[in-house]
Amino acid sequence: MEYIHMVYAVFAPLIFAIIIPFLSRIKHKVHTGWLILPVPLLIFIYFLQFVGSDFETARQTIDWIPSLNIALDFYLDGLSLLFALLISGIGTLVVLYSIYYLNKEEQLGHFYTYLYIFMSSMLGVVLSDNVFVLYTFWEFTSLSSFLLIGYWHYREKSRYGALKSMLITVLGGFSLLGGVILLTIETGTTSIRGMIEQADLIVNSDYFLFILIFLLLGAFTKSAQFPFHIWLPDAMEAPTPVSAYLHSATMVKAGIYLMARFSPIFSEVPLFFIILSIFGLVTLAWASYMAVRQTDLKGILAFSTISQLGMIMAMLGFGTSYAVFAAVFHILNHATFKGSLFMVAGIVDHETGSRDIRKLGGLMTFMPISATLAIFGTFSMAGVPLPFLNGFYSKEMFFESALDLGGYSGSFIESLITVIPIIAVVGSIFTFVYSMYLFFGTFRGEYKESELPKKPHEAPFMMLVPPMLLVIGVMVIGLFPNMFNQALITHSADAVYGDEVAKDIKFWHGWDSPAFQMSLIVVAAGILLYLTKNKWHHIYRVIPGRFNFNRVYDWMVEKIESVSNRITTAYMTGSLRLYMILILTAIITITAGAILISDGFNFEVQDLAPITAPEVIVASIMAIAAIGTTVARNRIAAILILGVVGYGLAILFVMYSAPDLALTQLIIETVTVVLFLLCFYHLPNLTTNNNSIVHKGTNVLVSIGYGVLMLVIGVTAYNSRFADTISNFFMENTYELGGGHNAVNVILVDFRGIDTLFEVAVLFGAALGIFAMIKLRQDKGAK
Amino acid sequence: MKQSNDLILRTTTQIIAFMLLGFSVYLFFAGHNAPGGGFIGGLMTSAAIILMYMTYGFEKIEKIIPINFRTLTVTGLLIAVLAGMGSMLFGASFLSHADGYYHLPLIGEKHLATALIFDLGVYLVVVGITLTIILSIATDSEDESNQNVGV
Repeated sequence: MEYIHMVYAVFAPLIFAIIIPFLSRIKHKVHTGWLILPVPLLIFIYFLQFVGSDFETARQTIDWIPSLNIALDFYLDGLSLLFALLISGIGTLVVLYSIYYLNKEEQLGHFYTYLYIFMSSMLGVVLSDNVFVLYTFWEFTSLSSFLLIGYWHYREKSRYGALKSMLITVLGGFSLLGGVILLTIETGTTSIRGMIEQADLIVNSDYFLFILIFLLLGAFTKSAQFPFHIWLPDAMEAPTPVSAYLHSATMVKAGIYLMARFSPIFSEVPLFFIILSIFGLVTLAWASYMAVRQTDLKGILAFSTISQLGMIMAMLGFGTSYAVFAAVFHILNHATFKGSLFMVAGIVDHETGSRDIRKLGGLMTFMPISATLAIFGTFSMAGVPLPFLNGFYSKEMFFESALDLGGYSGSFIESLITVIPIIAVVGSIFTFVYSMYLFFGTFRGEYKESELPKKPHEAPFMMLVPPMLLVIGVMVIGLFPNMFNQALITHSADAVYGDEVAKDIKFWHGWDSPAFQMSLIVVAAGILLYLTKNKWHHIYRVIPGRFNFNRVYDWMVEKIESVSNRITTAYMTGSLRLYMILILTAIITITAGAILISDGFNFEVQDLAPITAPEVIVASIMAIAAIGTTVARNRIAAILILGVVGYGLAILFVMYSAPDLALTQLIIETVTVVLFLLCFYHLPNLTTNNNSIVHKGTNVLVSIGYGVLMLVIGVTAYNSRFADTISNFFMENTYELGGGHNAVNVILVDFRGIDTLFEVAVLFGAALGIFAMIKLRQDKGAK
Repeated sequence: MKQSNDLILRTTTQIIAFMLLGFSVYLFFAGHNAPGGGFIGGLMTSAAIILMYMTYGFEKIEKIIPINFRTLTVTGLLIAVLAGMGSMLFGASFLSHADGYYHLPLIGEKHLATALIFDLGVYLVVVGITLTIILSIATDSEDESNQNVGV
């Protein structure tokens, strides 16, 4: 099927993002949110038409960079459809919610622009079939998330949270790029479906381990898996609609999506199973354990999100058809109840002025509707076995899939399989505890009037509508799970599993079902732990205690800065002598190394001219003068001795019959000596204070090394001629072509006149420079 | 540059400066067939002018040779470039030269080459820059010493 509308659906929010700043100019008349609310709603309705048991995949391709095989290739299968519905559906609710959450004094234009950029890019991520397009949208989600977390940029914690999430997710983004590049090289295609078709090739390739690790890193950082989960709690500094949308329902599931999308490739690999299960379960257990410790409502929800994402990740790792189905089902369930919980937390914050659970309590009488909404959300999250809570179904399926693992062999995997249900139960017990704590701590107990900045009251009705709709979703899925099953979930699970998955969602499995017994254990132990919470709560001082991943992150960021600062200050001292030594040493080591490695030194004697006495004499005088220059104490003396070298060179030119060179050398040498004297006469009498042995030693070493290197290169170059010189041509044609007898001059003005032209221009530039430096000084007194 | 009071220097300079100037012109014209050319010729001319400056002082020579040497440099560069571009008028590539024998009045049959025009440019640039550099530095230090005296 060819649908031409998909591209509009993806880019519509982005296009509207362009006009949002103009709309926000009239925000004092109409809240900007109302004006743009139809956009996600229409996208939702558009995607809704695909839902049905007769679902067919759809695709649409638009050329972008044909030469690199990169096209905007949108492909809609069950998994993409589920995510697209979540993104547009919850997006609509979040925009509606934010209309009441953000007042008109805020910078609404910024908020909605960032939010719609995010919406577009998230839709792009889930609909792209081209890995590079997927990566592009992926980075856009990181960027817009960064902007949204830092929305209240005048708060320091917002900036800290935004930077942290940026650094961690971009780290993952880059490794994802590495992964998709390797995949493209291996398979020769940029299409995800094309890669899935060549799964065997990828699994057997030499780069397979890199591909797997790169993609896992990308997914783990984005989906806040252990130990990259630390950015998510700090991202709670964002406005609550953002937390509800990005950090519970959509963006954090991008990593889940990535794993689900590529799992047909990896599902047969034991390593994939091991890594995903272990990290998923550790994330589940650790984050649910940590969530109990939090005092901030959104902090609890952040760790809860991490833990639920770990659960989904683990189920994807299990890879059985039942587990995949449960994972996909839980993606939907988690989005509904977590979105509603965030919105309720935002309402509590908005209406009482505090999110600190220690200050809250007894709000049920003030906010009955919010409390009712929260009870559904928290109980569904906890997996309380009631038929109208969708969380229970997926929790039950999670236990069932954790018990029913197989297909892999090996002693490590076997012991892992026995441990998995235990960790699952432990993690779920803590999930239960924090869910109860979240509800009863906020809405029950005694009302602490003095602690709250505002007198609490119920939120405006329209603000309650979005969480209400989500809770209705929770209940509808809970009451009629099979209604979604055939129309939506099965198609998604098929896409992930790569084969037909047909499952019934049953509420009642019977008393003897092990999964149900596990659920009962969770509930019983959870109630017990919650009631005795104050007795064991001090355990958090031991674990994690001082051990904290935030400290590791802060330490790393600080170390990277301080170490790079130290490295830079170590060699960027501002001392020209040091730079000179570094440059020369680099030349010596690299060139000498190249000569040594390639065995390039070439020394032959048969081609050499005989040495005559005058040459020896002149050369010795020059050598003595050169050495004299280095040891001369007086600066003027050194200049004069240097002149001897120059005149010696002129004599050598005479001996080798180069009269033009000799003449020029003589005059230029005179001029330079005179100029040197002129300049140095005016210089202050600086004393060199670096006379230590080390300083002199390195100087001597480097200069001797450089001299020897040049000698070696000279000798080698002389002995390694690969072609005849072209001087013969000049000697023969000077008169015929150039009309002169002086070959040097004819070459200078005729054969290679352009060199001369620009050398003259160089001299001109030098003269202008000197003139400008001397005559045009601002401060005449400066030396 | 203050005027020198050395009588011997002033007398010998009168002769030597002209010899130097003459030699530099010879070097310039001889360049095509013998050692010499625009570069050496230019340097030699500058040497002669500097000698005059050293002997007779700045103000006097500036009156005698009323040339702005920076303008001279630009003129020389312009001549060199135009000499190169001239060949393009005849459809040849940049900096192509032609030569031939011509009968000139007074000096008779002579071998002339367009390379000479290019060399003239080089000559003027070299004279210009050498004198610009040396006179800049020399007059600058003179200013400073005057200032010091004034203080």
